[in-house]
Amino acid sequence: MLSPFSRRDLIGAGLGLGAGLLLPDGALAASRPRVGGRIRVASLSSSTADTLDPAKGALSTDYVRHYMFYSGLTQLDRNLVPRPALAERMESADQINWHVRLRKGVTFHNGAELTAADVVWSLLRHKDAATGSKMAQIAEQFALVKATGRHELTIRLTGPNADLPTILAQSHFLILRAGTRDFRTANGTGPYMCAQFRPGVRTLGRRNPNFWKPGKPYLEEIELIGIPDEVSRVNALLSGDVHLVIAVNPRSTKRVMASRGHGLLETQSGLYTNLIMQQRQLPTGNPHFVAAMKYLLDRPLIKRALYRGYATIANDHPIPPFHPYYRADLPQTTLDLDKARWHLQRAGLSGVRLPVYASPAADGSVDMASILQEYGSRVGLKLAVNRVPGDGYWSTHWMKHPLGFGNTNPRPTADLLFSLFYKSDAAWNESGWNNPRFDRLLLEARGEADQARRKQLYGEMQGLVRSHCGVGIPVFISLIDGYDRRLKGLYPVSLGGLMGYQFAEHVWWEG
Amino acid sequence: MAGASSASGMSAALTLIGKRFASSLLTLLLVSLTIFVIAQLLPGDAAQEALGQSATAEQVAALRHEMGLDRPAHIRYASWLTGMVSGDPGQSMVANMPVAEVIAERLPNSLLLAALSALVAVPVALAIGIGSAMNRGGRIDRALNIVTLSMVAVPEFLVATVAVLIFSVKLRWLPSIALVADDMTWGEYLRGVAMPILTLSIIVIAQMARMTRAAVIDQMDRPYVEMAVLKGVAPVRIVMRHIMPNAIAPIVNAMALSLSYLLGGAVIVETIFNYPGLASLMVNAVTSRDMPLLQACAMIFCAAYLILMLIADVTAILANPRLRAQ
Repeated sequence: MLSPFSRRDLIGAGLGLGAGLLLPDGALAASRPRVGGRIRVASLSSSTADTLDPAKGALSTDYVRHYMFYSGLTQLDRNLVPRPALAERMESADQINWHVRLRKGVTFHNGAELTAADVVWSLLRHKDAATGSKMAQIAEQFALVKATGRHELTIRLTGPNADLPTILAQSHFLILRAGTRDFRTANGTGPYMCAQFRPGVRTLGRRNPNFWKPGKPYLEEIELIGIPDEVSRVNALLSGDVHLVIAVNPRSTKRVMASRGHGLLETQSGLYTNLIMQQRQLPTGNPHFVAAMKYLLDRPLIKRALYRGYATIANDHPIPPFHPYYRADLPQTTLDLDKARWHLQRAGLSGVRLPVYASPAADGSVDMASILQEYGSRVGLKLAVNRVPGDGYWSTHWMKHPLGFGNTNPRPTADLLFSLFYKSDAAWNESGWNNPRFDRLLLEARGEADQARRKQLYGEMQGLVRSHCGVGIPVFISLIDGYDRRLKGLYPVSLGGLMGYQFAEHVWWEG
Repeated sequence: MAGASSASGMSAALTLIGKRFASSLLTLLLVSLTIFVIAQLLPGDAAQEALGQSATAEQVAALRHEMGLDRPAHIRYASWLTGMVSGDPGQSMVANMPVAEVIAERLPNSLLLAALSALVAVPVALAIGIGSAMNRGGRIDRALNIVTLSMVAVPEFLVATVAVLIFSVKLRWLPSIALVADDMTWGEYLRGVAMPILTLSIIVIAQMARMTRAAVIDQMDRPYVEMAVLKGVAPVRIVMRHIMPNAIAPIVNAMALSLSYLLGGAVIVETIFNYPGLASLMVNAVTSRDMPLLQACAMIFCAAYLILMLIADVTAILANPRLRAQ
């Protein structure tokens, strides 16, 4: 097998595509997809920063909107395996030179045919600083993107990367018509056509009858709005004004479950809020201090009290238990006050007073800090919780204090997660740790096409992060969506709420 | 009323309007300067906020240059000011649209909501205020006092949330969010905004009714009212003919304050009902550090406040012969 996206895979995948994606979990199998229906969906936020430019997508509302109107070269299935989308075939012998053959006969919403020129333009624009792409850093590895035919192109990378098909499935890399500059409306190849886009107010999508997946999508119309206030969002769902909402607070789950017409979709995700212990300065850089803090995290309490059980216990590394590369044989760190006290004494920090910065911007961090403070006081560590405002947190406080909190969204590959947040020279190496062995393993795993070997490499990296890195990850936070039971075909995708933001293409209405 | 005094009243009012207009421009200038300075003190700028957590220094620098944020603050302020004077509030940094266009979409929503709320609130407040003043000490007065005082004391988010729970979630009579679409009929629109109007009205009715009651009672203790009572004038006529012309100035003043709140202070109501108004737009502008948009919103709120105050003052002059004569 050349890559997870080799030709042999594709034959099967291509044939089974429709059925494979449609066949829902047992409980839903009774309902058959049908065309028709209008739904209103409430996402988390909506402001003048709303955009139709996939490269600039910053929030869940943007991702949902982009997946409505555009398609990517590839698409992740529910197990995060890349499947063909606009690319009919995508293969590489060395993980450096990738040959892409596009699906023929795909049209943009304005009727123009999709060609390699559109794809080349869509990928290369991320390298232009003026685009303001969120993926500028990742796009730096595109050494060359060149059309080799009307429906064929070559992507040459700066180094081997077996994850390219997964990377290209992200919403930022969705394909635009070459030369698009005006983003007041969307001209994509996606399942819905943009009928109205008003930043901060609403997005209206109408069914694209010429969508390249036959029979899909099912809904006639989707209206996407943002309701930032969680209570209002849940009320809107329960009163029937909206039919699908993202980000239900664990505290509201009882209310939704009490309603017969509504259900909850729990998505176990890799989202986490982590304690950051800056390694470049003392005392937080002291390995004994780091160990002590990890022993002070009461993970079951955080899972129960902060998230009402909607969380997965974590082990101080960023790979969640349901991830294909998760290493199961690492011992779980648990709350252990004696060990914590011993490490603190070894570090010579008993009785020391330290400020810890927390903010509503890093979900749950204020409560986590309070829990740490409580346990800290029992082992002779005086933590002063500095609660700072969420507004401006990431530019003013994040990574700027010896002891603070960060919050990291799920990433589609282990490589992205490790490269962005754990590589020594990464801009967001939050704790500033430096582990040459880890960096070497990261590069090796990126170019490794053999899955078993990859899993082994990523496993060792998880061990390194758990034992040596200055971050404490107590739990992975589950994402909770609420839906009207007449809406069918929903299933969790661990990348994000609303089926990894891609519900629009898959769901149907039965009412 | 004699013609001469009303003419001098008009000229006094015109002079006042003239003076007020000039001082309003000065106030607007000072407000814009204050907001600009305070916004500079906020952590981060539009480029950082737009790129978010995942921004690198180079990306931020590039975007800053594109947005013109790398110029010194006083030059940015000056260019904004010259644009504003020539009628162009500039380009929104975040929405990539002219500020005028962004505001044109939201301002009518805000004005309509404020106007409808005022339409409900003002008559009700006047009726409650006058009614309870006339029954001072009586049962109706005490009942109305308890109602208005508790309305003043209850915060609007509680009123709104309870109203949603009752009318939307339980009874399903009204939508829980105020959706505004272009293709809506007036009936649909009114149904959509019924609850925001209800909430806003409850907040301002209480304040206005309290002020009206106080102003009317203040006049009731005056000798001229006693005289009218002794003459045997009917109570309603005393209030309408004798007291109101004297009490109108403080009442209008209180109403102007409350109504300016309907426009700019509606942010909590806009948030809870997800109503696309100007106040939430301004909050957006602050969190995304979108200076031109923030400034434009501030100018509108400030101007609305000044206009309402001006109306209150002119009403006071026209209603008071002593002020008219000056």
